[in-house]
Amino acid sequence: MSQSFDEITAQLKRRHRKSARLKWMSMGALILAATFLVVFIGDMLVKGLPAFQQAQIQVEVSYTEQSMQIPPAAVSDEARSLVSRGYLRLIPGRMRDNPELMGTTRMEWVLADSEVDQYLKGHYTRLSESHKRAVDRLKEAGRAELKFNTRFFTSGDSKMPELAGIASAAVGTVLTLIVTMAVCFPIGVMTAVYLEEFAPDNRLTQIIEININNLAAVPSILFGLLGLAIYINFFGVPRSTPLVGGLTLALMTLPVIIIATRTALRSVPDTIRQAAFGVGCSRWQVVRDHVLPLSLPGIMTGSIIGLAQAMGETAPLIIIGMVAFIPDVSTSFSNAATVMPAQIFTWAGEPERAFTEKTAGGILVLLAVLISLNACAVWMRKKFERRW
Amino acid sequence: MNRILKTTAVAAAVMGVIGVAQAREQVRIVGSSTVYPFASYVAEEFGATTQYPTPVIESTGSGGGLRLFCNGVGEGTPDITNASRRMKTSEFERCQENGVTDITEAKIGYDGIAFAQSNSNEQINLTREQIFKALAAKVPQDGQLVDNPYKNWSDIDSSLPDRKITVYGPPTTSGTRDAFEELVMEAASEDMEAYGGEAYTDIRSDGAYIDAGENDNLIVQRLTENTDAFGIFGYSFLEENADSLSGASVDGVAPEPEAISSGDYPVSRSMFFYIKNQHAEEVPPMHEYANLFMSEQMIGPMGYLKGIGLIPLPEEDRAEARQEVESHAKLELSDLK
Repeated sequence: MSQSFDEITAQLKRRHRKSARLKWMSMGALILAATFLVVFIGDMLVKGLPAFQQAQIQVEVSYTEQSMQIPPAAVSDEARSLVSRGYLRLIPGRMRDNPELMGTTRMEWVLADSEVDQYLKGHYTRLSESHKRAVDRLKEAGRAELKFNTRFFTSGDSKMPELAGIASAAVGTVLTLIVTMAVCFPIGVMTAVYLEEFAPDNRLTQIIEININNLAAVPSILFGLLGLAIYINFFGVPRSTPLVGGLTLALMTLPVIIIATRTALRSVPDTIRQAAFGVGCSRWQVVRDHVLPLSLPGIMTGSIIGLAQAMGETAPLIIIGMVAFIPDVSTSFSNAATVMPAQIFTWAGEPERAFTEKTAGGILVLLAVLISLNACAVWMRKKFERRW
Repeated sequence: MNRILKTTAVAAAVMGVIGVAQAREQVRIVGSSTVYPFASYVAEEFGATTQYPTPVIESTGSGGGLRLFCNGVGEGTPDITNASRRMKTSEFERCQENGVTDITEAKIGYDGIAFAQSNSNEQINLTREQIFKALAAKVPQDGQLVDNPYKNWSDIDSSLPDRKITVYGPPTTSGTRDAFEELVMEAASEDMEAYGGEAYTDIRSDGAYIDAGENDNLIVQRLTENTDAFGIFGYSFLEENADSLSGASVDGVAPEPEAISSGDYPVSRSMFFYIKNQHAEEVPPMHEYANLFMSEQMIGPMGYLKGIGLIPLPEEDRAEARQEVESHAKLELSDLK
């Protein structure tokens, strides 16, 4: 059967049109996704960047007997409601630590109340008109400024927005992830090594394999329930601690690491194994000295991605009590702690307006950490990648 | 060397777990998300001004908090639970069954529930009956109970604006929802003949009432976007967003602190926390925290908590509540009825 030239031309045109259409559609999808990303990050930057600055005002602080008893007496009437209560609260303690302060009066830059902070940033504030004028006067005299907010990175949560920081959550995240990694890295890698290198291929191992793949897709909140039932109720691990949080997240990360490790092991060509067997290595020696070192970059990449996933998780932690108000920076695995996404969740529910920017600021910090973790994974893959 | 290191690490981990099982300096608190902002403020103050660590507070909702609280006595159960409503008799009985027999009740103040809208609308006055008719699943019409037919506020009463009925409110797990059902739905339906003198609290599920989750900020945001809608949330959120929202007057009374404290504003409720006195020996700072909470500098009319939206009790009630906490007064079933 032969087709005329015209028919073939028409068919060709149709096919070209079809492929052009498909190209535009897929580009459209990409553009849509990129727009969402830009809008999201842009919104976070606009809302969150002010959180890295905090208002400070310069006022006269007098260290007297009276301010030892009633801290607000240390500053003048006019400035009292502009200064953060969290700063005033610490005056007696500072005077006890530095006895030479007693009886002196000094000009000091002190932390301003969050309402002053919001006013200087041009946001809505509940300051009265007279207080607004007082802030304006201070600002003209160069005595009210927005300065870099170191406290955001060095202190824990607080009910006073000007004091609230992400440090306790960051330390909690680190402690939790140490536990997670200490548990699920060895177990995950050993499981994968067994399944890939030692286990016979029978019905039982197939069932195990299917179950591991299923586990990786289980909603994370279920791991929280499991953690509550097993660790807290059965083993009596204390609630809200990095220990129980880390163990729970380990359950969630385990399948991810097992799957990543198995893929990495499988990518090591069989010729390596055969060569090692050929010179008389035992199976364990083959795995330890040849297969594992060669697949380590892949294992590390998978683990880092699993870690990043665990880091952004909140749902299971709600159930085991890690979404809580925790101002103290935790120092051990068995002290109550919270994690960064949980901190963001807590701030998002606060009534004070000033917490909006803290929420966005916390998101920026979390995003920065996640991006650097993922970048680290990509870099490791590129650096150690071997093609066979 | 390597082996020694590993053994030490394992030993340290085990010690860490065992160490926790002994006396605890950190008070553990759970409970209502409405009381949470106040309790965490006190907790922070307690941590900053005493030698004890800051108490841990989880926001679990009133019901969830009381469930954990009544699970038993000892390690792993909370010392204090916050509630935005009074303990139910069923919860009290469950506590007793599980050995939690020595409980002190502390009443800290009031919270008004605001029925608010975007302030681009005109001020509005609603009666509880009108709110009930807008939200009930079944309403009486010509003596019969029928599925709620009202689409616009003006369908209920011609004096109301011609706006679509859309209300964002808390989910059933929330204490705010419990209180709203009791103070508005029950109060309005008790006198209606069609329900046979029984309280009716079923809220319609045809899309007019939208369950907006536990986060009140979310409702606030929705209201600024959808200016036709109303929202139900705690008074402190209304106060904090006074630039964009206004509260509807209910039965002619606007949601103002004085009106809520005096009980004139009908949709107001008391807030409590409950102390498990049996933990006093194991957790020494527990009562100190409770006393700080009840002090005049916190819950008084000039106190810090007023600044973040608490509506103080009248002076006599305050003194009485403080007295009960200081003397560790034991809660009896008869108190709750």
